[in-house]
Amino acid sequence: MILKPQLQDIKNIGYYSGKIIIGIGLTMLVPMVIGLLFAEINPALDFLIATEITLIIGLILTGLCFTEKNLNWMQGMIVVSLSWLAAMLLAAIPLYLSGHWGSYLDACFETMSGFATTGLTLAQDLDHLSYAHNLWRHLIMFLGGQGIVIVAISLFMKGLSGAFKMYVGEARDERVLPNVINTSRFIWLVSIVYLILSTLTLGIVGIANGMKPINAFFHGACVFMAAFDTGGFAPQSQNILYYHSLSFEVVTIIIMLLGAMNFNLHYRIWTGDRREIWKNIETRTLCITIALTFLIVVIGLNQVGSYPRAIIMFRKGFYQLISGHTGTGFATIYARQFIDEWGNLALVGLICAMALGGGTCSTAGGIKMLRLGIIAKTLIQDIKRIILPERAIVEQRLHHLKEIFLEDKQVRAALLITLAYLALYGIGTLVGMLYGYPLLDSLFESTSAAANVGLSCGITTPGMPAGLKLTYIIQMWSGRLEFMSVFTLIGFFIAVIKGK
Amino acid sequence: MKRAISYQLSATSLIFFCWTACYAQHISSTELINKAKEYDGKNVVYAGEVVGDVMARGDFVWVNINDGENAIGIWLNKELAKEIQFTGSYRAKGDRLEITGVFQRGCIQHGGDMDIHAQDIRKISPGRLVKEELDKGKRNLTFILLGILLCLALIFARRRGSRIAIS
Repeated sequence: MILKPQLQDIKNIGYYSGKIIIGIGLTMLVPMVIGLLFAEINPALDFLIATEITLIIGLILTGLCFTEKNLNWMQGMIVVSLSWLAAMLLAAIPLYLSGHWGSYLDACFETMSGFATTGLTLAQDLDHLSYAHNLWRHLIMFLGGQGIVIVAISLFMKGLSGAFKMYVGEARDERVLPNVINTSRFIWLVSIVYLILSTLTLGIVGIANGMKPINAFFHGACVFMAAFDTGGFAPQSQNILYYHSLSFEVVTIIIMLLGAMNFNLHYRIWTGDRREIWKNIETRTLCITIALTFLIVVIGLNQVGSYPRAIIMFRKGFYQLISGHTGTGFATIYARQFIDEWGNLALVGLICAMALGGGTCSTAGGIKMLRLGIIAKTLIQDIKRIILPERAIVEQRLHHLKEIFLEDKQVRAALLITLAYLALYGIGTLVGMLYGYPLLDSLFESTSAAANVGLSCGITTPGMPAGLKLTYIIQMWSGRLEFMSVFTLIGFFIAVIKGK
Repeated sequence: MKRAISYQLSATSLIFFCWTACYAQHISSTELINKAKEYDGKNVVYAGEVVGDVMARGDFVWVNINDGENAIGIWLNKELAKEIQFTGSYRAKGDRLEITGVFQRGCIQHGGDMDIHAQDIRKISPGRLVKEELDKGKRNLTFILLGILLCLALIFARRRGSRIAIS
């Protein structure tokens, strides 16, 4: 029997969602201040209007649904999934008011792409966008990458129990520190230290490459937020190709790899335990999958003879591969070049890299290295069982922050999420094909959306069908939250309708 | 009468010839990207607005020119680049340039970038600063929303105060 949700459930969900919405509203003040600093009056007004609307909704929710009770698991998951939808709708207000997005749906697509750190864009005339709006596009990647809920947890939450349920709901099942609030604050500390260092580095590289200092540092900050949060937006319409710079590409490769690393590994580096990086199953799996997928890409590109020299192979082949594998989506080639110049084999190699993703508890999307490592170890274990005598006891261990004996429940969880991702990639491909796009194009774009990558082969344009835009929004949302919160929300609505 | 007609016809033909010579050869960025193999290594005429920074690299500069569909990188001699006064941004419309140069699908000199090595440039129209005017509709909406927000904040602050007093 399905139980109908009680009023207290609604109150809890409303109250905590309201708090998160207030947090989102307050973050809109940052681009508003930037707009004022650059004397961009109308953009500053766009953000003031959006802040006011967001705060009004947040105040109504927290006021009407006030409660002192803590969240249970179901409520925590629903708060997360609903907050992400609310964030998409509210963060789209200033973008829509700017006039650079063709419709409110396009603006929502952009904000979901930003929060989910995907990087697919429907912006029009991006090269004339204000500093304030451009900063907002990148800031939402920064917020979404760390986790919208983590922002709220770091700022407003007191009760540890409710905070942990929302933290897990946002696809972070590992804590860096025993206390979830301290974990959230550590994630912010790491991100802000990297933000300062990387903005300085990219700014200096930009000046050396002939950019104006103000633009160099502004672009540096924006590109860092997009790279570390494995997002993929860039301030100009050509993405990273705009800079025409090897040094810029090398720095962004390093930042992308840092972004795809588990925050626990960052913690180990900070505490001086550098050996963990080389012992950890995620790092090893990432090295292997990068090597394998790059091999496929190199063979594929050599077949079509697109990049005849090693340096070109590095700047075009390796760069797009790292960008795809880490789930970033930076590009140094035009979207159509994937289809016209890469050939089927190289594209398949890149699609595989995109589908696999980066580390767990990182800002990367996709299936993730820990799950892949667990599945590979299980396969080895099963092969050993077949080869060795029946009486032999076969145990499989893996090293992820500590030595772990592989158990069935871990394998089951890894396989379930992997299957869910594969299904999501498949559904998006099918929808793309229903709209008349070829198989490989549809698979590429669908994988890019669902694994929160952001590379495009040219399907994602303002003129694409609204149904496909909605499909990609759903893919980005459920891919980023790793399904559980989304499934819980669906279950909640079923319970509202059918429950007794 | 006949002479007048023939003069008119000649003048029209001349204007038409000049017009086609100046503009018909422009190739759009979409065509260059979609038919990159076809145009690779060939002389092309491309036109559009200069956007972003003029990035100096030794005796040359990189500029990116947007024709309204995409932006393409142009590798340009520093002397030629002196003609550029405005670059496109939120604050300005960039100069519109016509570039004559060699199109490269994957430039070996520049790490495989798709670019045009300019041989000549011509300013089609100068850029200008864009004057931003206050949108009064947005300003009025800001004040209305601010009023609602303050009222709500007051109501809920009072409710909270009374809740604390009861408890």
